[in-house]
Amino acid sequence: MLEEVGHYEQPQAACIEALKIVQRRYGWVPDGAIGAIAKVLGIGPASVEGVATFYSLIFRQPVGRHVVLVCDSSSCFLSGFDELKQALASHLGIDYGQTTEDGRFTLLPVCCLGACDGAPALMIDDDTYGPVSPDDLPGLLEGYP
Amino acid sequence: MSESISSQRTSVRYRSRLLQPEADRHPDTHPLTWRLRDDGEVIWLDEYLRKEGYQSIRNALDNGDPQAIIATMKDANVRGRGGAGFSAGLKWSLTLQGGDMPRGYLICNADEMEPGTFKDRLLMEQQPHLLIEGMILGALANNSFYGYIFLRGEYVEAARVLNRALDEAREAGWLGANINGSGFDFDIAVHTGAGRYICGEETALINSLEGKRANPRAKPPFPGQSGAWGKPSVVNNVETLCNVPAVILKGADWYQALSGDRTEDGGSKLYGVSGPVEKPGLWELPMGTTGAEILERAGGMRGNRSLKAWLPGGASTGFLLPEHLDLPLDFDTVGKEGSRLGTGLLTVVPQEQSMVALMRNLEEFFARESCGWCTPCRDGLPWTVKLLWALELGQGETGDIELLDKLAADCGPGLTFCAHAPGAAMPLQTALKHFRQEFEQGVSKPRGKAHQDPIPVGEI
Repeated sequence: MLEEVGHYEQPQAACIEALKIVQRRYGWVPDGAIGAIAKVLGIGPASVEGVATFYSLIFRQPVGRHVVLVCDSSSCFLSGFDELKQALASHLGIDYGQTTEDGRFTLLPVCCLGACDGAPALMIDDDTYGPVSPDDLPGLLEGYP
Repeated sequence: MSESISSQRTSVRYRSRLLQPEADRHPDTHPLTWRLRDDGEVIWLDEYLRKEGYQSIRNALDNGDPQAIIATMKDANVRGRGGAGFSAGLKWSLTLQGGDMPRGYLICNADEMEPGTFKDRLLMEQQPHLLIEGMILGALANNSFYGYIFLRGEYVEAARVLNRALDEAREAGWLGANINGSGFDFDIAVHTGAGRYICGEETALINSLEGKRANPRAKPPFPGQSGAWGKPSVVNNVETLCNVPAVILKGADWYQALSGDRTEDGGSKLYGVSGPVEKPGLWELPMGTTGAEILERAGGMRGNRSLKAWLPGGASTGFLLPEHLDLPLDFDTVGKEGSRLGTGLLTVVPQEQSMVALMRNLEEFFARESCGWCTPCRDGLPWTVKLLWALELGQGETGDIELLDKLAADCGPGLTFCAHAPGAAMPLQTALKHFRQEFEQGVSKPRGKAHQDPIPVGEI
């Protein structure tokens, strides 16, 4: 965390990266981390919480071992997003913002993934896939135990 | 079993690509992409150096006149490729610098999130050193002491490639103290974001860089006067910065001539198309290439579909019609048709697509991505979504369409803090203009409560 601080003029700038560091370790940002980060960066906990709740890729509640981000922007919408999203939701038995009972997958929407020539696209953890058809899903998800 | 899983993962893994073979790309006509390989592998430092790499910054440092860089950029009229089309040279000439000014920041806006846009990803994933060289030239011109590549968090591959390329450049003496023995110091760090479209707005980006919520700032002061940590800061898009090395190496006249007599705007452009076409993709073409030429390269509409409408450069641009396909796609021409060139990556809409449903999808995006700072955007966009859902389900009320007109007008330029809400209004206004009948078909109920006159102030 302190190494990140060195990249900026003010320690506060490392706030988002600090939240990501916590998230990489725990999968999400638990309450206790907010105060701890605030202390390290020398800012108020409200500033850290304000940032943590603003950004869509910072999770303030527990998520599954793998996060599935489904692109719902226009190019994907025009290229089979609805079918893909429905297949995904029924395969996993969950909707946006939910986690499978076994704690394996969390499903979330995401801003245009910049993979529009491969629409419809989705991300699982750090991997981007597209075009993905509903038939691809079982095999694809199996790769994330 | 594990083999079938890994082949599944490989088969649908997304890879950024250019649909133009190496043989069709040349240094004199394709400044952005001529170095790219057909196999899509990264151009690392050795290969970049073999292909005229760092030649432009070498010359500029030898020449020793930063003002000459700005003058060339102004003459070349390189217009911002992030979508706004503002002259990069003009922006640079307005950056405060001088003896009593602290050295500031050169920030690359790599927060590519405009729906329908996938060009900066290619440049960063396959040719990181071109961006780095462009940034060093920008830093030299603007007297910046440090650079950030503000990269969206989802571009994991780009982050990996850029960080390795930055290490290479640092080791070779192109970054750090006393670059190439010139006495000029500059270094770059990759700053990865954590989501939210609004981070692409340059002042929101600066707030985000500073570790705050990404709300936009009031302008003036412009970032060139007071940006990151109050210092003069220049924010340029990836593609804009990737144009710089060739412009400085070959000159403004060469750059201007790239577009031939197609348009006033010079240079080449990464154009692309997505949606139901045969071959969605990206090409580097002369500025002012027409929509028809781009659609032809994409093999036309998929199957037997016909074209109903298209967005010329992302979700925040206005809808154009098939009759507009023969217009040169430059900033001014598209602007005159009530739209914007935006990022120059087309999204096509097939005939059978409901415009009401598509608009609902677009406005859901803008409503979700609003930062919430000002009212027309924070409250107006969710209201717009609600009305569009009702119309899509055939449950609209008399007066809903006029209300949509009003909500869109209230989000217009000058009425909100930043360009997010005007960006949401433009596709809606053009859809209502060109396809009003489709919206009217969704009205089935009499005028409801939402349309009653408000209580006059003072009579409560």
